[in-house]
Amino acid sequence: MKTRFEKIWDSFRLPIFAVILGFVVGAICIVIAGSNPLVAYAALFQGSLGSITSFGETLYKMTPIVFTGLSVALAFRCGLFNIGAEGQYIAGSIVAIVTGWVFKDMPGIILIPMILIMGIIAGGIWGGIAGYLKARFGVHEVITTIMLNYIALHTSNYLVRTVLNPETLIPGSIREAFTVSVPEQAKLIKLNAILPQFTYSSAHIGIFIAIAAAIFIYFLLFKTTVGYEIRSVGLSPDAAEYGGISKQKNTILAMFLAGGLSGLAGAVQVTGLIYSVNQVSMLPGYGFTGISVALVGVNHPLGVLASGLLFGILDNGARQMQLAGIPKEITGIIQAVILIFIAGELIVKFISDRNKKKAIKSKEVE
Amino acid sequence: MESLDLTLEYVMKGLVLRLSNVIEMKEITKIFPGVVANDKVNFSLEKGEIHVLLGENGAGKTTLMNILYGLYQPTSGDIYVNGEKNAIKSPTTAIKLGIGMVHQHFMLVQPFTIAENIVLGNEPAKAGGFRIDMKTAIDNVQKISDEFGLAVDPNIKIQDISVGMQQRVEILKALYRGAEILILDEPTAVLTPQEIDELGDILKNLTKEGKSIILITHKLKEVLSMSDRITVIRRGQVVDTLNTSETDADSLAELMVGRKVKLTSDRTEKQAGSVILSVKNLKIKDSRKLEAIRDVSFDVRAGEILAIAGVDGNGQRELVEALNGLRKIESGQVLISNVDTTHLHTKDINEIGVGHIPEDRQKRGLVMEYTLAENMILGYHKKAPFSKNGIMNYPEVHKHAKKLITEFDIRTPNENVKAKSLSGGNQQKVIIAREFYINPQLLIAAQPTRGLDVGSIEFVHKRLLEQRENNKAVLLVSLELDEVLGLADRIAVIYQGKIVGILDAKDATERKLGIMMAGGQLGEGDVSA
Repeated sequence: MKTRFEKIWDSFRLPIFAVILGFVVGAICIVIAGSNPLVAYAALFQGSLGSITSFGETLYKMTPIVFTGLSVALAFRCGLFNIGAEGQYIAGSIVAIVTGWVFKDMPGIILIPMILIMGIIAGGIWGGIAGYLKARFGVHEVITTIMLNYIALHTSNYLVRTVLNPETLIPGSIREAFTVSVPEQAKLIKLNAILPQFTYSSAHIGIFIAIAAAIFIYFLLFKTTVGYEIRSVGLSPDAAEYGGISKQKNTILAMFLAGGLSGLAGAVQVTGLIYSVNQVSMLPGYGFTGISVALVGVNHPLGVLASGLLFGILDNGARQMQLAGIPKEITGIIQAVILIFIAGELIVKFISDRNKKKAIKSKEVE
Repeated sequence: MESLDLTLEYVMKGLVLRLSNVIEMKEITKIFPGVVANDKVNFSLEKGEIHVLLGENGAGKTTLMNILYGLYQPTSGDIYVNGEKNAIKSPTTAIKLGIGMVHQHFMLVQPFTIAENIVLGNEPAKAGGFRIDMKTAIDNVQKISDEFGLAVDPNIKIQDISVGMQQRVEILKALYRGAEILILDEPTAVLTPQEIDELGDILKNLTKEGKSIILITHKLKEVLSMSDRITVIRRGQVVDTLNTSETDADSLAELMVGRKVKLTSDRTEKQAGSVILSVKNLKIKDSRKLEAIRDVSFDVRAGEILAIAGVDGNGQRELVEALNGLRKIESGQVLISNVDTTHLHTKDINEIGVGHIPEDRQKRGLVMEYTLAENMILGYHKKAPFSKNGIMNYPEVHKHAKKLITEFDIRTPNENVKAKSLSGGNQQKVIIAREFYINPQLLIAAQPTRGLDVGSIEFVHKRLLEQRENNKAVLLVSLELDEVLGLADRIAVIYQGKIVGILDAKDATERKLGIMMAGGQLGEGDVSA
């Protein structure tokens, strides 16, 4: 019988190998580019983990992608591919601004939870729409979530330019390419306010909310009946149905929860870092990174936390690496290689599972 | 007397024809990664005989025949065809050597005529190879059909003929390609009893014409009625080769399984109790929105097994799904323990005390990627002690699983392995253990023994009868007539979405059921409701 440790190792073996391979291939590229990989990687880790300040920078970079990674992972556990984390993120962030403005006179202790909850609800509804369309009409969630991304983007831009613009809301202001800010008391505490060693780092306590969310989702998925039902629908909708578990209900629920996590990403980003929402020409990208984060984290909440950290390190350390004279695109290569190996393994697994199923079938024929 | 004559005739024929082995497989070993599928198997086929390869699922009989047909290469061992050593590299080689195979699942083009299907890939050409010479094709097919008494009209389309006829087309196809040796894989699985008899006649005709036939099957009855010799394979090894006339079903079963097996189940006389399941004027549509069940009514009482017999695809699946709340009921009414469940959800139907053994255990019955422990609470995962206020109590779940594993003798290293790693029989035991745990008032068992080996079938049958003994109602949907006749108190025959008639088990015979399964009516007095 396998020990607990062996079981954990089994599920994380693949991403760990992929990460090592990613760094090896990255090193080869660095050599080809005429630099020393040891210097490059030293700079990469120095720049992301080398000091408390740089670690702080890594933490704030990983915060939103942990949420969106959890969002994608949770949907995936129910057999759904949530490409809509982008739109849900936008919905969460814009509603965070609205909530902050409407209740701007409330004390922070009430206002912050309120903004976060409203962000969850907004993202949840945005994801839930896709879930409902899938459950009720069988419209594939990939299609609807992509469409909802653009609806969210352009609606957000419209609101940024009009009703949420400082020009509209604050008498005497000029028109801006961003919304009004969240009130001062609604801003999340910076880590440097607790530990001065974080100095100029933008890290904020949102990272603790992200860690709490990961633990909560872990608990939800693996320790509750809700998680049991979501996972059964994801693994075998037909068997779940036979056991009296509603495919439709769980599809909507999973998409709502997934959307809620992405919405929370938006709300945390607004209250913790950006304070207002900009008019943008394209999707912010946290949702798409979230897909990679979920993939590398093997759709396990705690794996997502670890892979979020990895992506944070790569993203943040790239600057230091560039200062050391190595193109920062190397980190892009490393990420790509990791993903290719994991996706490749998944494809291999998919094919071998299918062959196994075929084998089972032909065995039954026998 | 007739059978004695037949036996004599076969003995005579044996003396004349069994001079040489047309096929000789010597010391065949086939190793797949981790599995020895065939272990030094010796098998010979004499000219003009029908030789059955008998064995349970996974015993290695299909592997052996796939080697003979060139689909697999043996790890070691030699094959002799007509006395000459041959390496059969591919089915093309096999066909050239005169070996033809009829697969269990037919490979026919539905909108093509019989003649077109038969010549497919081997068409007589005219106009310099650009056009198919259909007339020659039809003539050739007709000629072979007449020669072997197959009674096939080459001009009919496949989609318009019965399954039994399709099988003959497959046989004809092999003969057209010059087969002297025919391998038939589970040929009776899809046939009605009458069609099975006809197949037996056809095969005997073929052997009279000098063809040699290998039948792959796990069904004992047909083995005894259709063959000259039997080779029993168990776990990749030949247990014995014997003459059919010198053996019987019980000893064959024992050879096959490796221990004594009870083929007939003990049923005690028993008075049925009150109505548990009542179905009235049910109408259900299938996935294509066509009527699958048209106006069906029946009752199942406590302490009774009602079987629904019929050829596959006559509405059984839709009926079962509708009773389980998985398919919409267009009109009519379903009462279970006097609760109207016509439009209830699966969950609420389960609450009333309904257990299901689904037809497709891997798709419907189990979450294959879940562990046994997780699978064993599917459906009552929200009940104490397995969860409380939405929080799962996994220690209890594991305790429950361990208990059921011992109680139902499920062969598994522990309760933490995934369901997919178990054998079919053990998977079925997991489902039965789970469904019996809730002590259901009504058990709906759809093809509960499909694809199972003799030992597991025995187990399932015993459990179904136990339900009956305990005064529970059982609705058994089965394609296997033996099963239906052996277990049921009453038998409802379904044909094209209608119940053709309901027979008392003591009045039912295979012949009667066969006629009804094909949509025929019994004469007055034959039917007792």
